[in-house]
Parts: sequence; C-alpha cells; structure tokens
Amino acid sequence: MLDLIDVVASYGPISVLRGVTLRVERGEIVCLLGGNAAGKSTTLKTILGLLRPSAGRITLESRRVDRLATEDIVNCGIALVPESRRVFARMTVWENLAMGAYTRRVAPGDEFAADLERVYGLFPRLKERGQQHAGTLSGGEQQMLAIGRALMARPRLLLMDEPSMGLAPVLVEQVFDIIQTINRQGTTILVVEQNAAVALSIAHRGYVLQDGCIAMQGPAASLLDEDHIRRAYLGED
Amino acid sequence: MEALQILPQQLVFGLALGAVYGLIALGYTMVYGILMMINFAHGEVFMIGAYVGWAALTWLINAQLGGLHPAWVVPVLLLMAMSASALVGVTLERFAYRPLYTRGATRLGPLISAVGASIFLQNAVMLTQGARMKVYMTSLLFPRSWYMQIGSVRVSALVLMMTAIAVALMVLLNTLVQRTTLGRCMRAVAEDREIAAVMGVNVRRVISLTFLLGSALGGAAGVLVGLYYTQIDFFMGYSAGLKAFTAAVLGGIGNLKGAMLGGLVLGLIESLAVTFINPAYRDVIAFVVLILVLVFRPTGLLGETVPQANKV
Repeated sequence: MLDLIDVVASYGPISVLRGVTLRVERGEIVCLLGGNAAGKSTTLKTILGLLRPSAGRITLESRRVDRLATEDIVNCGIALVPESRRVFARMTVWENLAMGAYTRRVAPGDEFAADLERVYGLFPRLKERGQQHAGTLSGGEQQMLAIGRALMARPRLLLMDEPSMGLAPVLVEQVFDIIQTINRQGTTILVVEQNAAVALSIAHRGYVLQDGCIAMQGPAASLLDEDHIRRAYLGED
Repeated sequence: MEALQILPQQLVFGLALGAVYGLIALGYTMVYGILMMINFAHGEVFMIGAYVGWAALTWLINAQLGGLHPAWVVPVLLLMAMSASALVGVTLERFAYRPLYTRGATRLGPLISAVGASIFLQNAVMLTQGARMKVYMTSLLFPRSWYMQIGSVRVSALVLMMTAIAVALMVLLNTLVQRTTLGRCMRAVAEDREIAAVMGVNVRRVISLTFLLGSALGGAAGVLVGLYYTQIDFFMGYSAGLKAFTAAVLGGIGNLKGAMLGGLVLGLIESLAVTFINPAYRDVIAFVVLILVLVFRPTGLLGETVPQANKV
C-alpha cells in the first residue's frame, strides 16, 4: 500500500533520512522503532509532504505522492495522529472531529453523524465533552481526541506518532487495544514508537531506524527476540 | 455643567466611530491571528476603499440618474469598495508577504514588507489621484433633516446607518468564523498551520481568504468614514489604521470579539476625552491608551494566554 524507496530528507544542512526503504502492506500494523533523533517522526513528516524528500520516491497504492502538497496527500486517504496530540485547543471536541472529517467534504449529515457515533463508541468520554474546548481535556482524553479526529477522515492508512507518549500505563494498554480494533476494522496502520515492547506486541512487522537508515526489519515476533533490540529498546541487559 | 450636557451626544458619536474602528481592527486581528504578523498596510486598504467609494458616488452623481436614495446607493458603494479593497488585500498577501513567510523569513520580514507596501500604496494613490482632498457629497444622500431626537440627543440617519452597517458586518464575520466550515478552517490554521494542512486544509487559500475578508471589512469602513467625515485624502489610512490597531491591541490582538470590543471602547474613550479634556487631544488619548495597555495588560481586554501550539 505504502512504499518508501531510498528516501533522503534533511532539515537544511542536517540530513535526517539517509535512504529509507520501507513498505506497508494493506491490512498490516507496521511499527517503526528507533531511539531519539533516529528519524522516526521525520519519516512520517516526509510521507505527509510536510518535509520534501531530496531523493527517493514515495508511492501510495502505486501512485507517486512525494511531490504532492500535504492537503493532496491526505486526500489520498492518509490520516495522522500527531506526536504530542496537537489537538486544536481553542476549538471544541466536536469541532476537532469535524476538522478530522474535512477531507471528505461531507456536510454534517447522516454519514458524518454515523462516523461521529463510531468515534464516540470507541471513546465515550469524547461524547460527554463534545462542547468543551479541547484544551481543557486531560492528556489521555486529548490523545483519544487525536485518534478520533484522524478516524473521522476514514483513512485507509493511519499514521501514528508515539501514541503512548506521556500516557499512564493503563491508558497505553487501552490505546493499543484500540489500535488493534481499528486495524481489524480494515485500516492499515504505521505506528512510530519508542515503547518497543508494547508496539511489537500488536504489530505484524517492524522496522528499526538508526541514524536515518533502516538498521533492522522483520516480523514483530522475531524482532522481539533479537538481542540487540532487547538491549537497545527494552531496557534489558 | 456644559460638558455633561453634551456628553450623551458625544457618546453616540463615540459609539458610531468605535464601531467603525472595530471594523478596521478586525482586519489587523484576523491577519495577526493567522500569520502572527501586523499588516501595517491595512490602513491603506481602508483608504483605497474610501477612494473607490468616493469614485463610485461621484460617478453616480455625475451620471444624474436622479433619485439617489441611500437605500441602494450605500450598498452599491459598499460593494464596490469592499471588492476593490479585498483585491488589494489579497494581492498584498500574494506578492508582498507570501514570498517572505513561505521561505521562513523571520517575523520581522513581512512586517517591514508591510510598512513598505503601506508607503507604496499611499504614494500610488497620491500620484494617480492627487494630493488634494476628495469630497464625499454625503449631503445629497442624507439630508440634514433626517434624524431621530431622543431627549437631548440627536442621532442623524447617517450615524445610525454607519453604526448599523458596522455592527451588522461584525456580527456576520463572527458568525462566519464561529459557525461555518471556512471559519473552522481559519481557526485551525491560526492555531496550528501544519496540523491544519494534515487535516486536508489548503492553508494558502485559507490565508488568502482571511486577507480577503479582513480587507473587505476595511474597505466598507473606508466608505463609512468617507460618508461621515465627507473629506478623504491619501494619508487618511495612517491615523485611522493606527487607531484601529490600538483597538485591536486593546481588545487582545488575535481575538475577533476583542477587536470589536476594543473599537467600541476606544471610540467611547475618545468621546469622553473630547468632552472633558479637549477635542485637540483626541489622538493623544488614543495612543496613551495604546501605551497603557501595552504596559499594564499586553494581552488586552479579552486576550488569553493560551500556550502556543508547538509549530515545527
């Protein structure tokens, strides 16, 4: 579904991605692991056209997207759950969800209402707080809103940037349960995580980024067994 | 005391003028909200609106159509002025600001460009239209006999119309921003441009439309001020612009309701100053207000200290 081939990207003179090749198949959960500044978030930014790759190509369902504007890329059916949530704090929960549905240009009619119910079904807390400003929500609720907002786009491919960051362990488990649920309902997922143990426990396959290159890849189960991964990301000796 | 007797009358003028300040202030505050930049050429956008309104009115009078009734003439003037100002505003954004902010210039870059654009527009109007004042033949539209008497206060039809139009436009804009999809997109871009783009919003178009709306309101204010003061010149945007900027800061820059409130409060403060101190100090008082606000309450009356959304 999504293919990155030798993608090179940099912030000014600092090169961040130095030839990243990865593939996400339809229906998969793929996780992208790596330490700080390995280029994980940059990979997502590059897919979304927020950063232009200086070399390589990105295709979505065989259509080349790396020269498109961000709004045209997301119109191809990609949504993002951003790092540190980035909900629109001064807008209500409902308005945030409406922004999420913006790519589909639906009037707040039946289809919109059905999607809204689906999101409220996954996150009942959001329904209670529909008219509240998103800035007044707790961190966990904001993360749910960020996920709900992305789902409102009915994405075929969902990109998630550190969905567990800053959440209490019980919430982390809940978020990853929901990721699995969404996946079973037919959405392909590429998730960036520092929390390798949790991410690999739900993913089908994984990639490990190191200094802007793919250092390792394979089925999630075999990555979990790798000594190197255990040492680097699971905190084991 | 004589001052107390004329106070109600002055307050009415203050309110009317304040509503117009608010209308211009919206242009500053909308652009600031979305680009974090002060569009110092907005006063000139307002001035061009006044000129286009004057040209349209003069043409209508010279065409001797007969039966110039404000009920259709004023909407025509507003439409012409708002279209012209909107065009100027959008052009400014496209050619004077966008090349700077898309290349990641510092915030100072577009600001300096705006000051340059302001000087350019003033001089362009002066060279093409002459430096002499132009006269709005308001008396042909609004005879002096049209007024309402409420106790000791006399409200002319002109003042009434001016206030009504300014308030109506403000309410309209507020509804648009709060209730429509475009308004939601504008607020989303203002809060987090990158995430708005990820939602599928065409950020450039939204910025362009923000300039269009703000400038159109400025153009409408130009016509209202022209009709009210009857004399306009190429330099009128300078002081009116600074006043409206003061109103925007007073209300809390970036905040739409703040701009409207700031305009009304500034208009009232000015009318009080005119009544109790000395009409000559009108401008001084306005800028004393600006300084006091900046010193004691930089976020303005309705300004909130929302933590900045993290932008990359």
